Amino acid sequence: MTAVATPASAPSRRRSLTGVIGIRHLATPAVVVVALIADYLWVHSLRLDSIEQRTLNSGYLVGRTAEHLKLTLVATVLIMSIAVPLGVLISRVRARWVPPLVLGLANVGQATPAIGVLVLLTITVGPGVGVAMTSLVAYSALPVLRNTLIGIQQVDPTLIEAARGMGMRPAQVLWRIEMPLAVPVVLAGLRTALVFCVGVATLATFVNAGGLGDIIVNGIKLDRDPVLVTGSILTASIALLLDWAGGLVESALRPKGT
Amino acid sequence: MSDHASPTATVPAGTVPAGTGADADGETATRHGARIELADVSKIYAGQEEPAVESFSMVIPAGELVCFVGPSGCGKTTTMKMVNRLIEPTSGRITMDGEDLLSLNPHELRRRIGYVIQQIGLFPHMSIADNVALVPRMLGWDKRRTAERVDELLHLVGLEPGRFRSRYPRQLSGGQQQRVGVIRALAADPPVMLMDEPFGATDPITREHLQNEFLALQRRLRKTIVFVTHDFEEALRLGDRIAVLGERSRIVQYDTPDRILAEPADDYVRSFVGGQAAIKRLGLIRAGDLDLLPAGSASLPSVRVDATLRDVLDAIVAHRAQRIAVVDSDGRVRGELDFDSLTAAADSGGAR
Repeated sequence: MTAVATPASAPSRRRSLTGVIGIRHLATPAVVVVALIADYLWVHSLRLDSIEQRTLNSGYLVGRTAEHLKLTLVATVLIMSIAVPLGVLISRVRARWVPPLVLGLANVGQATPAIGVLVLLTITVGPGVGVAMTSLVAYSALPVLRNTLIGIQQVDPTLIEAARGMGMRPAQVLWRIEMPLAVPVVLAGLRTALVFCVGVATLATFVNAGGLGDIIVNGIKLDRDPVLVTGSILTASIALLLDWAGGLVESALRPKGT
Repeated sequence: MSDHASPTATVPAGTVPAGTGADADGETATRHGARIELADVSKIYAGQEEPAVESFSMVIPAGELVCFVGPSGCGKTTTMKMVNRLIEPTSGRITMDGEDLLSLNPHELRRRIGYVIQQIGLFPHMSIADNVALVPRMLGWDKRRTAERVDELLHLVGLEPGRFRSRYPRQLSGGQQQRVGVIRALAADPPVMLMDEPFGATDPITREHLQNEFLALQRRLRKTIVFVTHDFEEALRLGDRIAVLGERSRIVQYDTPDRILAEPADDYVRSFVGGQAAIKRLGLIRAGDLDLLPAGSASLPSVRVDATLRDVLDAIVAHRAQRIAVVDSDGRVRGELDFDSLTAAADSGGAR
């Protein structure tokens, strides 16, 4: 069934694995710290005019960053609570045409430019955080939905047969066998969604929902490079750090023995 | 070991073979097999005209191991899976010690029937102990009884609990995984086991090891076992009875291995037996089961009492010997066998 590992080789393999994770897990924060420090030193060396000063002060930066994080995290929680159950649900459906249909709809959500969704929703219901959230979820739900479905489908069917043969009920098979084994795939999808969200949340500024998009758009509109660059670096840093944290969670929650 | 409640509620009268007292070696009492009866069982899959299994009727005596042998796609696995209702029969009756299985809750039924598949199906995210403890936990056994049962079973197949309990399946060799697969099915001491080519995926040497171990285990446990295989040699080695199945699970012959070798019902069965039926029959009889000739004084090539007559024949040819000594496990000579004893044994149809 699986490759045979001799008892002696198992612990040593685990040790070398943690070594690799250690290095990879230090690299991302290091890059982010270096980029932020470099940006800080650069901005500090400039003489800022009043327009730049209005944006590049700690109060404004922290406020926008907090908004951005909030948009991203709330959207991610929403995606989790919608896409994971939906993925499980469509993995249970007997009818063959259902999963492609649902995935197709989710694909439309992702394929449609987020800015377009944002504009359409704003025209119909008016601007606001709700609109930003809706388009974030619509845009970023696909990876989680697809990975939940795939994660469950990729579970070795002989394991399910063995579980049923032992007398597990369908719910027990789902919770004790299928879901734990699907966790790594689902989390990988969630990580992708998280990064999508950080990017798309910059568009929230167009519907008055704040976030780091405010800084970037200010920088573009007012032709102030330090503002534009700082907003971009902050956005990229958040994306990298969240992806990094997602990776840590992924390896922590990976079921033992797999 | 024996201070906790015995899982044996009822041992059907007459199923405990003499000399195999359940508590003989201080282990937990074992529930012996139950009699299974299939009557007119058919399976027709939706949208198919031909039945996959057509009015299959068979009685499997308590405590016997019955091998279903037949070509791929003949319906032998389907028939087996109808016993624990992984496949629901379209019609017919299946009973276990008289109890109608089709009227039971299928999940609860399956917890009372051990199930072993070729792919083993150990859950990779659970330790060996957790894998083995699954059914006892579903049945609500308390922690201590479950843990003791797990250790007892690991011991039973020669896996030291201290070393293997907390390992994960992928840290075990194929043979070790297969042993765990078997004890996981035995965990709640079910009276009946269903085994679908359980040793089919292992290499020939490991397979023979596992078969011998399993046979020794079954001699003690006396479960009722339905064993599906396409390997006729395996069926000869393991089966108390063999059912040779044809298309749609039609029973072509259902008999003891010796009688199938001696009197195959038709050419179809003969094709399964292959050549050398007489030699294969010798392989079914143990040297110790015969009336031995008195031991002489000459020193002779020897075989153990548990060797088969096929081994005796091999020794006769190999050593150009007239007689072969039969010795027990401490090397004491029990008696002797010669070529005539072999042919006489073959004529009388063996000791079974």
